[in-house]
Amino acid sequence: MAEIPTPYTAGKPGLKESKEELRGRIPGWGADLDPADRPSFPREQPGIETGAHWDFPERQNEEWPRERSIEHAFVTPVFGTSTPPAGVSGAIRKYAYARFSEGRAAHWLLLIAADRVDAWEHHLASLATVRPDNPVTETGVLSEFSRHGLSSRLGKKRADVNHQWIDPIVVGGPWVLAGLGGVAAVRALRRAAGRK
Amino acid sequence: MRAMVYRGPYKIRVEEKDIPKIEHPNDAIIRVTTGAICGSDLHLYHGMMPDTRVGMTFGHEFVGVVHAVGSSVQNLVPGDRVMVPFNVYCGSCYFCSRGLFSNCHNVNPNATAVGGIYGYSHTCGGYDGGQAEFVRVPFADVGPAKIPDWMDEEDAVLLTDALPTGYFGAQLGDIVEGDTVVVFGAGPVGLFAAKSAWLMGAGRVIVIDHLEYRLEKARTFAHAETYNFVEYDDIVVHLKKATDYLGADVVIDAVGAEADGNFLQHVTAAKLKLQGGSPVALNWAIDAVRKGGTVSVVGAYGPIFSAVKFGDAVNKGLTLRMNQCPVKRQWPRLFEHIRNGYLKPSDIVTHRVPLEHIAEGYHMFSAKLDDCIKPLIVSTPA
Repeated sequence: MAEIPTPYTAGKPGLKESKEELRGRIPGWGADLDPADRPSFPREQPGIETGAHWDFPERQNEEWPRERSIEHAFVTPVFGTSTPPAGVSGAIRKYAYARFSEGRAAHWLLLIAADRVDAWEHHLASLATVRPDNPVTETGVLSEFSRHGLSSRLGKKRADVNHQWIDPIVVGGPWVLAGLGGVAAVRALRRAAGRK
Repeated sequence: MRAMVYRGPYKIRVEEKDIPKIEHPNDAIIRVTTGAICGSDLHLYHGMMPDTRVGMTFGHEFVGVVHAVGSSVQNLVPGDRVMVPFNVYCGSCYFCSRGLFSNCHNVNPNATAVGGIYGYSHTCGGYDGGQAEFVRVPFADVGPAKIPDWMDEEDAVLLTDALPTGYFGAQLGDIVEGDTVVVFGAGPVGLFAAKSAWLMGAGRVIVIDHLEYRLEKARTFAHAETYNFVEYDDIVVHLKKATDYLGADVVIDAVGAEADGNFLQHVTAAKLKLQGGSPVALNWAIDAVRKGGTVSVVGAYGPIFSAVKFGDAVNKGLTLRMNQCPVKRQWPRLFEHIRNGYLKPSDIVTHRVPLEHIAEGYHMFSAKLDDCIKPLIVSTPA
């Protein structure tokens, strides 16, 4: 290191390796050296060839009233049709889209809230099906055994180990609480029936 | 068909679903032959992305064979082997016609602030993704391309997102010859960004992560100097010292939301959802770059606010450049680099997971087990 470090004087720090050394060590070094000869330069290239053979795409059929951002003039000509809004979560989602623009925190926070409601609507509904949600198989937690869960973490200086202990509580906690609640409810019903 | 479906945070399973149908004359239906799990998918998996609905199929990195085409499709016929960029885009709107394919205005009714992405929540358009046997691909004449005969299928799947995104991240840095480039994150995108920085003439490339096996890959695959931030009391100070107190000319954030490294940030963001993510990496980038330098952001961030140290960026006179990658714009040059032997994207693949075991694949990738860098999803053997 120089006696007076770089920023305090005008010079740039010297290169650690010469251009020739870099070329010898790294295949393709400098192949895209010219900043003006890179695929995304300039950022906007009016008239770029895209393969589109329409000015405005034909409109896809709306099978149900498609929720949309109020910052759009209309429903876009093409859109995804996965998982239409339904139930309480669907009502929250429709409200978030109809009432708040993307610039409002309420828009996104309502959508996140709807996501949580959606998950529990489906968990509860699944209990009435032949394939109830299974937190063990669906979390893939068994890969802890097949993919070296312990040795992947122990003695590895990983930063994420300091919070991974919370994950089972966050993911499994609600299931445990729901189970205990169910047991308590059944007991209460039994007691009520016994008093008759 | 078999498809992964989201069942709520940290929970997915494989279900029987209907094969997607043509919904627009320029649609194609693709039979997926190889897919992948992307680090961005983990944000969905963790329940961080607003409007991620139970029942959605994820997956924006996939290649396959054309199964059916709509009436206006001119460039593809059933049987063609195709690679599909992760962007859903029309090719004709204000943004697409200028090359901003990832910012298309015609494919995402749910939001104007982001384009369309396969299998990436309704915030990105509500399209089911490619972690399934079949997937609907809108604008088949615009996005997909036939896989060249000489190209390996695993290289092709990495060309749908990870490699172009890393390469694009290096471009956003406006690297000039001799620049010192720091890359935060040694996942697939960070590795490709580091490798690409050399192509653009970087004089020094430094990669930062906390997973030793990924840093090893950064040394061997991307020829980079590496530092594990866990070993330093303050990685920013270390980087200042390592750059003669100047800071890096360019810093690339290839981490995105939900960065590890700060317990409080993690709890407020990932657990309490008080932020759209923990922007540790972005703040480190702002701190570690030199005054007047450039921060390039290609890590995935959602629409909810994050506590970013914007004042430092202002006072340091930084250039912040960021976007989702317009994939197809990168392809011709990347094909050239692969043919010349400068890049071999599939070198970073560590796991090949059958679709039926995708829940384990997600957990392994999310928890970083078994030295996982990049898991591909392979067709389930009959």
